[in-house]
Amino acid sequence: MALSKKTLIHMYETMNRIRLFEQKLQEFFAAGEIPGFVHLYLGEEAVATGACSALTDADMITSTHRGHGHLLAKGGDLKLMMAEIFGRSTGYCKGKGGSMHIADLDLGILGANGIVGGGGPLAVGAALAAKYKKSKEVALCFFGDGASNQGTTQESLNMASAWKLPLVFVNENNGYGISCPQCKSMAVVDIADRAAAYDMPGVVVDGNDVLAVYEAVTEAVKRARKGEGPSLIECKTYRWRGHFEGDACTYRCTEELEEWMAKDPIPRFEAKLLESKTLSRKEADKIKERIAGDIDDAVNFAKESPMPLTPALMDDVYA
Amino acid sequence: MSEKTYLQALNEALRQEMERDENVFILGEDVGRFGGCFGVTQGLFDQFGEERVMDTPITESAIVGAASGAAAAGLRPVAELMFVDFIGVAMDQLFNQAAKMRFMFGGKATVPMTLRMPQGAGIGAAAQHSQSLESWFMNIPGLKVVIPSTPRDAKGLLVSAIRDDNPVVFLEHKLLYGVSGEVPDESYSIELGKGEIKREGTDVTIVATSQMVYSALEAAEKLKADGIEAEVVDPRCLQPLDKDIILDSVKKTHALVVAHEAVQYSGPGAEIAAMAAEEALDYLDAPVKRVGAPFCPVPFSPPLEQFYIPGADNIVEAVKSIR
Ligand SMILES: Cc1ncc(C[n+]2csc(CCOP(=O)(O)OP(=O)(O)O)c2C)c(N)n1
Repeated sequence: MALSKKTLIHMYETMNRIRLFEQKLQEFFAAGEIPGFVHLYLGEEAVATGACSALTDADMITSTHRGHGHLLAKGGDLKLMMAEIFGRSTGYCKGKGGSMHIADLDLGILGANGIVGGGGPLAVGAALAAKYKKSKEVALCFFGDGASNQGTTQESLNMASAWKLPLVFVNENNGYGISCPQCKSMAVVDIADRAAAYDMPGVVVDGNDVLAVYEAVTEAVKRARKGEGPSLIECKTYRWRGHFEGDACTYRCTEELEEWMAKDPIPRFEAKLLESKTLSRKEADKIKERIAGDIDDAVNFAKESPMPLTPALMDDVYA
Repeated sequence: MSEKTYLQALNEALRQEMERDENVFILGEDVGRFGGCFGVTQGLFDQFGEERVMDTPITESAIVGAASGAAAAGLRPVAELMFVDFIGVAMDQLFNQAAKMRFMFGGKATVPMTLRMPQGAGIGAAAQHSQSLESWFMNIPGLKVVIPSTPRDAKGLLVSAIRDDNPVVFLEHKLLYGVSGEVPDESYSIELGKGEIKREGTDVTIVATSQMVYSALEAAEKLKADGIEAEVVDPRCLQPLDKDIILDSVKKTHALVVAHEAVQYSGPGAEIAAMAAEEALDYLDAPVKRVGAPFCPVPFSPPLEQFYIPGADNIVEAVKSIR
């Protein structure tokens, strides 16, 4: 697939933005400055980036508890995200949602989600709305290997297929649901196999290869836009950190982690771009520098923003 | 007797019941080697193995349903949901299946299943991980609802829940896991439906559950400075409810405040206040007051969350408005 330089550089930027954003969160969580839970996406950047690069702003996504990467890849604002995660009134959800509930309907982000498997039915609804309005938009549902076992996910696959909805299911198979390895939670090796039960295409891709993800999702999006129904794309990847920050992560071995860290999707993609002369080393450094600056700005914005005031508590319960 | 945390007390109850009865087993997400989301099942996997401490897929419907089915088939499962909020996924299995089986089948089925679920706000976990949902379960005939506040109660009540022949919803508060107190080392049980007076008093009855028991005790100390002696009653179970302990206390103090962390509107306080109005009106010198959470989802940001959670000051205020 011949991609424009602009698209490739955009992907490179997105992956780095996710990486640096998350590393910053890791730092601040350790320093006790972020309340609640933080689930980092480190190591999985190629999935969100590849998948969202195949979408337009008008297409909708549903995200998960591990949502920062999805949100950023869909165009989420660094400052508004950072402020939300810090619990400030200037954040995406006015400090009421936090890391697990960030949404931006204008960017087609139907929300991160604290409920595993909660996104599938919502994505069905978004796809249904697109079909109903004949808008040619698609919906994309990110879900984990753990979430693939929820009834809601299976119900969504079935309904989307039966109704031929413009929906792309993107499974992020990072091998674990908290401490539970995939082999203990399901008998199949490839989650993509489950697509057969619903008579939709199911493909396995290398989730650490941003272009492979992009190509597979692009294909599925095309199919969806043509009215041919949903697809299931399984991206094999790995999370570098514990399930949440603070998880001692004693349930998996360091060899496994090291093996996957060696497959870091960012240097891999960078090497390709350098080799094809799409990007020079100097440009690459500049991009990273700029992103680091943007993230520092976001942190400053968050820290300088006020905490929400208590009278705001009862706002937004009803429309 | 030794000092134990609420978490250790629960763990000990599970261990001792599993040692006593081989039909008792545990199932839930990450309950095995990981030891449970908050650590309640720690060490049990090593002692009892994976046949009796079973990690499940992330499938709450199947967890609650499988526990109910296994219970109806003769075992005594103790299922864990990581957060009470996830019961939404499994509600049909709990309220249409587990709770109704015995009645619908004319008494032929027995469902001795215990469902442990942590609830409550206070750790910045936001709206989908912080709710207090006891009033949902209280409204379903066929379920028992246990909500312990102290380590001692937690152990004795969990033992009773496991031995009970009904589906029991066992609600732990995540902020209580670290609270410690004296707990007998040997196995013992506390009858379901028997409350306890946590502090004697003569001027007002404060009925409080779970984490709010501590707020009520704190409020009682503050009120003492103003010459008001509050009696703090912990019903410990909401179904069956120890009506007598509440009514007897009201007959003594002539005033009632009910405090819980669940949303005040249609919360457990509504039931308790109505019960007092129906059965002890003549003894009441003042309207019954309720203290509960505001009618909104639990917010994320710390200052909002702290404001949201009812505390000792709210109880003091409620008492002073009637005393
Ligand atoms: C309904 C529900 N059950 C359980 C949880 C607790 N929980 C949060 S994330 C998680 C694991 C999810 O695994 P997976 O879907 O593979 O996503 P990953 O964390 O690997 O990205 C669990 C069990 C939850 N949030 N919601």
